[in-house]
Amino acid sequence: MDSIEADIAGYIAENILFSDNGYPYPLAASFLENGIIDSMNVLELVMFVEENYGIKVSDNDIIPDNFDSVERLANFVRSRQ
Amino acid sequence: MLVQEFLERTADRLPEKVGLVADGKRLTYSEIEAQANQLANALVDHNIRRGDRVLIFLPNCLEVVLGIFAALKAGAVFVVLNPTTRLDKLVYIANNSQARAIITAGRHANIVHALFGLAPEMQCAILTAPAHAAASEDQVSPKEILLFSDILAQYSPNRPKHRNIDLDLACLVYTSGSTGDPKGVMSDHSNIDFVSSSIIQYLENTEEDVVINLLPVSFDYGLYQILMTFKFGGRLILEKGFLYPAHILKRIEEEQVTGFPGVPTIFAGLMQMDLSAFDLSSIRYLTNTAAALPVKHIEQIRSRFPHARLFSMYGLTETKRTLYLPPDELDRRPDSVGIAIPGTEVWLEDETGRRLGPGQVGELVIRGRHVMRGYWNDPELTAQRFRPGPIPGERLCYSGDQFRMDEEGFLYFIARKDDIIKSRGEKVSPLEIERVLYELEGVIEAAVIGVPDPILGQAIKAFVVAPGRGIDRNVILKHCRDRLEDFMVPQFVEICDELPKTSSGKIRKTDLK
Repeated sequence: MDSIEADIAGYIAENILFSDNGYPYPLAASFLENGIIDSMNVLELVMFVEENYGIKVSDNDIIPDNFDSVERLANFVRSRQ
Repeated sequence: MLVQEFLERTADRLPEKVGLVADGKRLTYSEIEAQANQLANALVDHNIRRGDRVLIFLPNCLEVVLGIFAALKAGAVFVVLNPTTRLDKLVYIANNSQARAIITAGRHANIVHALFGLAPEMQCAILTAPAHAAASEDQVSPKEILLFSDILAQYSPNRPKHRNIDLDLACLVYTSGSTGDPKGVMSDHSNIDFVSSSIIQYLENTEEDVVINLLPVSFDYGLYQILMTFKFGGRLILEKGFLYPAHILKRIEEEQVTGFPGVPTIFAGLMQMDLSAFDLSSIRYLTNTAAALPVKHIEQIRSRFPHARLFSMYGLTETKRTLYLPPDELDRRPDSVGIAIPGTEVWLEDETGRRLGPGQVGELVIRGRHVMRGYWNDPELTAQRFRPGPIPGERLCYSGDQFRMDEEGFLYFIARKDDIIKSRGEKVSPLEIERVLYELEGVIEAAVIGVPDPILGQAIKAFVVAPGRGIDRNVILKHCRDRLEDFMVPQFVEICDELPKTSSGKIRKTDLK
C-alpha cells in the first residue's frame, strides 16, 4: 500500500471509526455508499490532508471524484503535491 | 387515493417524463412504474400478503423508491430504515414490526443471514447489486434470497390489482422516543394522501418543479419529497447526503433544481461556502424543518438566495407536518414557525386541558386528517399521544412540545416536554445512547445530554463514570459507533468521577453541561 493511502486509511480507522484492527474496508470502497464517514468527518479529512500534505483544499474540491474513497483521496493529494 | 396511485396516475398521465434521477440514471415515470410493478409482482409471488411489513434498508438510491412503491402495490406496509442502522437495532425493528421481507444492498448479504436467524417472521430478502454471496448459501432454509436483477428479468411489468384501501396502513416510520426504544408511527394511505396534498398546496408545487433530496428517506421529511414529487408529477433528484456540498450545488445547477428541502445543519454548511461559483437562480423555494433556523441564518439564506422563498416549518412524525410560516410573514416574525398547514387546526392547552390564548405557553394540540394512526404495537404510548377529539371516533395529537401564540395566531416554539435531543435534524433519545454506554463493561454511570452547537443544532455529550482502567474516550466512541447510527454517536465524551444526583439518587441532568 502506498504511504498516502496507508496514512489516510489509518487516520480514518483511528479517528473516525475508532477501530482496533485497522481500516476494515477496501481502499476503493465509497464513503457515501458504505456510510463510512459523515459530513462532519469530511471536514476532519480536509483538515488532515491540508495539514499533512501541505495542500490547500477549496470548497469546490470537496466532491466525490476527489474524496469518496481512500484511493480517490490519495490520488487527489498526489495531484496537488 | 392510495399512495401507490401517486406514481400510477402520474405514469398514466406523463409516461415519458423523467421522474427520478439517481445513481447517474434517469428513469421516466413509465420505467419507474414498470420496475415497481415487477418488484411488487415478485413480492406477491413470494407470499407477501396484504398488510405485511417490508423493510427497506438502503442508502438513497433508485431501489429505495422502487421498493417503497412495490411494497404498496403488493398491499404491504413499507418501513424505511436509516442506512447506518446497526444490526442490534435492525433486529429490534424487524421483530417489533414482525417484518416478512427486507429489500437491501447486495453487500448486506451477511446481515440478511443474521436477520433470518434472529427475526423469525422474516421470510424473504431482495438484494440489489452487487450481490456476490447471493442465494446459494442457505439452501436448507425455506427462507429466500432474491436478486433485484433476476426480478427485473423474470417478472411481469403489469400493474398488480390493488389489494388495499385507503384505511390500510401504508408505512411505519420509526422514530426515537423518550422510553429509549424506537417506536413505529403508523400512517394509513389517507393520512399520507391528505398531508401530501396540504403541503403541495402551500408550497404551490407544479409539474415544473425539480426537487433535490439529500435527506435520508428513513426520515419522513426525506420520504415525503419522493411521495409528493410523484404526486404532483415533478422530477426528483435523489442524492446520497450532504457529504460533498459542492457536488450538491453542482447538481442543483445541472438539473435546474427548483425546490431545496434542508435542515439547519445543511443550511449552516451552505452558509460557510462561497456560493458565487454556482448558478443557483433556478431555486424557487427552500424549506427548513426538524429544528428552527437561527434568525441570523434566515437573513443570510435570504440574501444568498434572493429569488427563492424560504419556508420555516415545524412537524412531528405523528402528524408528518404541522405548521408552516408563509414566506411573506418572514420579515415580520422570523422566529415563528407559523400556522397550521391547510385543512388542519391547532391550539394550545395547559396541563388541565384548558385552551390558552395569545401570549400564554402551552402544549400544541393538533387536529386534522394528518393525525397518524398511532404507534405500532404500543397501545399505551398511543393512548398518551393520541387522545379522543370532540367528534366520536376522532383523535387529536398531543405534540408534547410547548409553544406560545401571538395575537394573530402565529406560533413560536418554546421547548420540548421530554429530553429528546435534536441533532442534525434527527431525533436522538438520550436513553437509547445511555443504554448502549451501560453495555460497556466497567461503565457504572452514564448520562447523555444535548449541548448547543452552531452546526448540529445540538451536539451529543456523554458523561461516563468508569473507575476501572482502560476505558477512555476512544474506547467509548468505538463502542458507540459499533452499535448506534452515525447521528447518535456522541461528539463529546467526558469521563467523570461521579455524576450529580437528586435526593432520590437519580442523575441530575440539569447540572450537567
